[in-house]
Amino acid sequence: MNFLINRLMGGREGALAIAILAAVILLVLPLSLDIFRLNLVGKYLTYAFAAISLVLLWGYGGVLSLGQGVFFGLGGYAMAMFLKLEASDPESTKIQTTPGIPDFMDWNQITELPWFWIPFEHLSFALLAILAVPVVFALLIGVPMFKRRVGGVYFAIITQVVAVILTVLIVGQQGYIGGINGITDLKTLNGWDIRPNGSKYILYFVNAALLFAVIALSNWILTSKFGRLLLAMKDREDRVRFSGYDVSNFKIFIFCIAAMISAIGGAMFTLQVGFMSPSFVGIVPSIEMVIFAAVGGRMSVVGVVYGTLLVNAGKTAFSESFPELWLFLMGGLFIGVVMFFPNGLAGIYQKYISKKVRAKLGSALPNQKGDTGAGPTIDNEGKSAPMFGESTPAVSGASTELQGAKA
Amino acid sequence: MSSETDFVLAIEDLTVSFDGFKAVDSLNLYVDKNELRVVIGPNGAGKTTLLDLICGKTRATEGSIKFKNTELRGLAEHKIVREGVGRKFQTPSIYENLTVFENLEVSYPEGRGVFGSLLFKTTDAVTDRVRKIAQEVRLDGELDTEAGVLSHGQKQWLEIGMLLMQEPELLMLDEPVAGMSAKERDETAELLNRICMNRAVIVIEHDMEFVKKIARKVTVLHQGKILAEGPMDTVQKDPKVVEVYLGH
Repeated sequence: MNFLINRLMGGREGALAIAILAAVILLVLPLSLDIFRLNLVGKYLTYAFAAISLVLLWGYGGVLSLGQGVFFGLGGYAMAMFLKLEASDPESTKIQTTPGIPDFMDWNQITELPWFWIPFEHLSFALLAILAVPVVFALLIGVPMFKRRVGGVYFAIITQVVAVILTVLIVGQQGYIGGINGITDLKTLNGWDIRPNGSKYILYFVNAALLFAVIALSNWILTSKFGRLLLAMKDREDRVRFSGYDVSNFKIFIFCIAAMISAIGGAMFTLQVGFMSPSFVGIVPSIEMVIFAAVGGRMSVVGVVYGTLLVNAGKTAFSESFPELWLFLMGGLFIGVVMFFPNGLAGIYQKYISKKVRAKLGSALPNQKGDTGAGPTIDNEGKSAPMFGESTPAVSGASTELQGAKA
Repeated sequence: MSSETDFVLAIEDLTVSFDGFKAVDSLNLYVDKNELRVVIGPNGAGKTTLLDLICGKTRATEGSIKFKNTELRGLAEHKIVREGVGRKFQTPSIYENLTVFENLEVSYPEGRGVFGSLLFKTTDAVTDRVRKIAQEVRLDGELDTEAGVLSHGQKQWLEIGMLLMQEPELLMLDEPVAGMSAKERDETAELLNRICMNRAVIVIEHDMEFVKKIARKVTVLHQGKILAEGPMDTVQKDPKVVEVYLGH
């Protein structure tokens, strides 16, 4: 029980926050929205996975990735490839020149299923790929970068470049991966039709359950010594290194975990929306994910879920009436949050409400681990920190995250 | 280089050159077990660079650095630490957003790998050790305080405490009393005299009053070379030393 509350929920206050979020997602929204709107909320919640991944990577790790859309997309595409193959059985594709392969391949004069598509005929492989492909990709980017101590804006720019490259690659390879249109006309998951309303309800709740599992996993990581080390590294990377830790390994690990979490969101996106396209991989979605995290509060795994829901609800509402203004509004929102609420919604909560809640909860005082020896609660939401790493003015010799390659 | 020695630290022919400028020039330095060595010298003498070289922050151009007969040159920074070398930075390097307890706990030399840190448990042994060290550095009343709000002197002590958590066999302190009040300096001198009981300590310091309080053996660096070495009063009277440093 203690483990459940202290480690998976981030203390009593965290447990309360999760209970309220669960009530909103599992009761209030399903009961008050029609299935069209609920499906839309389900889609937004898939972005929340990416936002949570940014809490780990950016909020705690101090490493800003402007390429989480890449991992979201990899997860989404892995799922879409399985669904597409299932939708392309010889019977339904008999009007094609080559029946039994996805329609876009047929349009592009491809007559044989490419080798990298073949394993995606199996659901178990596709599920494994959703988790493993983003991790391998994150290793390929993360190992050379973090071992060479590339960080700060340099890392952000490189992840953004990766997002562009992957988009260009997908768009250019229409015959192999569906091009600009993406992978569309997805129908069934292992024979189960994902399109009817009943399935959409089920997928919404599966998505919500996975979201809470990811929140629990994140809390477990953040309340461990690993979590404290992330904060320590953000503050004084050199001190951590000269305390006997291989800093790069910690960054690589959290980058991989963040990639995996984003990919789960991507896979659930494909299932709920029914297609996957490069427009969810590139720069714009990746930056939107950062905005969701910033608005919700990049130090709070629960806060960013609200941030994601709010910004997306705003996006939907505004872009219906003033489509051309939305991007400016979103940019303004980001600047406003960064300047006035560096810890987003969670920061506002921490500043004005948290104390009262803690008083009501009694023993859940912020710093009790010195006395109990129990794991710490996550209580860093209220602390203001600049967008890139170090929270104190750098004194001589101490290098800021912004400096990037230091070696 | 098979010479086995009894020294904790044996530095031989150490040279580092930055674009031709030799910040440390064919330096030989030997530190005994349980010795407290003070390194002094004018600005730019290469004192901090020497510590950077030992702890791996800067890579040497030539020479060897042997710690208990293990060559440190070429080892990664965190591996040098794991060998038993601890280093305090000139400006207090502590984790401002963590509490004093967490600062010390994070420095506990277990759970140093990624998975080790995920599964690390704050056992009674860890808590006891944190309390003991906190007492040693006079921070036992501040365990739950966020480190960022400590006074400058307390931050310096906290960092020393974080190093003591690792039980290093060689402790290197870069200007530990810079910015401290007279009272804090006295307390720090006491602390240093206590902690060097069972480990070797190298201190870089400018404050001569403070040096007199702690030093048994002093090494004077000048332009990357050793100018003089010996007991404080001998060194102080050395005309070369007076000329480049103490005379100012």
